[in-house]
Amino acid sequence: MTELRAYRRPVSIWWWVRKRSYFLFVMRELSSIFVAWSVLFLVVMIGAVARGASAYQQFIDFAAHPVVVALNAVALAFIALHTVTWFSLTPQALVVQVRGTRVPGWVIIASQYVGLVVVTGFVSWLVTR
Amino acid sequence: MTETNEDRIGLRVSRYRPETDTRPGWQEYDVPLRTEWTVLDGLNHVKDEVDPTLSFRWSCRMGICGSCGMNVNGEPRLTCGAFLSDYAPGPVRIEPLSNFPVVRDLVVDIDDFMQKLPRVKPWIIRDDDVTVVDGEYLQTPDELDAYKQFSMCINCMLCYSACPVYGLDPTFIGPAAIALAERYDLDSRDRGARERLDVLIEHEGVWGCTFVGECTRVCPKHVDPAGAIQRYKLKAAQENVKAFLLPRGARR
Repeated sequence: MTELRAYRRPVSIWWWVRKRSYFLFVMRELSSIFVAWSVLFLVVMIGAVARGASAYQQFIDFAAHPVVVALNAVALAFIALHTVTWFSLTPQALVVQVRGTRVPGWVIIASQYVGLVVVTGFVSWLVTR
Repeated sequence: MTETNEDRIGLRVSRYRPETDTRPGWQEYDVPLRTEWTVLDGLNHVKDEVDPTLSFRWSCRMGICGSCGMNVNGEPRLTCGAFLSDYAPGPVRIEPLSNFPVVRDLVVDIDDFMQKLPRVKPWIIRDDDVTVVDGEYLQTPDELDAYKQFSMCINCMLCYSACPVYGLDPTFIGPAAIALAERYDLDSRDRGARERLDVLIEHEGVWGCTFVGECTRVCPKHVDPAGAIQRYKLKAAQENVKAFLLPRGARR
């Protein structure tokens, strides 16, 4: 028997730009960095609020800097992508049975958006009241 | 009847002959374009009428044997279910499935997949000693429905070809194997979930998956391997929490 000389095709480091779905996936993974940034931003803001009026004013000045504004705009776009893609993936991971029948995927997706609206509404009420 | 130029389509086929080639190259063929012809029919035409040296796998021609998977215009497809007319005017690019070593032309080495499948123990595991004499295990239609979707897998390996995680890290056990584990876990006759979980919570098990979701998109049998993997992750996480919170005796 002759020895098999199978050819192993190398995987290009640009594999993720070749297909739209791969690209979206890598963008979703990348979005976690911006999620982390937003958490950090929030924590620093709360810290500034806790340290009094002048610290908070300092933070506001920092947040108004064009670079920070631009960074936050990019972060918002990535967080929106993160949210929308994860919400639409949830029904695959979550199988909910109600009285013996499986809850359809759109109900699970819709309830997440309802949850988002409720939480957003509560937080805005809390902040602006 | 003479055929005009409109009746033909070009096939751009990846060739690799290990005895002479150091790497795969391209070869162009011209085949009749008929409405009822699939990519596999085109390849068989080449093999029968044009170039008998072209190698590829196929068997049933009806989407159930899982042998004829290839990359058609970069997408993993069963070539018996991909119609030439959908790729007109062509040329149609035909390559061996990605992420597997190429043995010859369009034939890939599937040994790795064959070794991975049995690792998830894809058979019914019981904790009692019932024999055939004691009778069969009964199952209701609802209990069948619980796992039926995951039992439709034909081992065509399109999901492995579509999975970038498997491409980058071949130790990943992969979509079809995990979907198969889920098939037996959800079977009311089976008691082997714990044993399978031990295999799948390894690093190269379910946690290797980053939920790209391409396996589900390319699956010709709508098995949804990505769904199976995420459900497994949920189960594994629940087991972890249970192991942390409950005393030994209360764990199942």
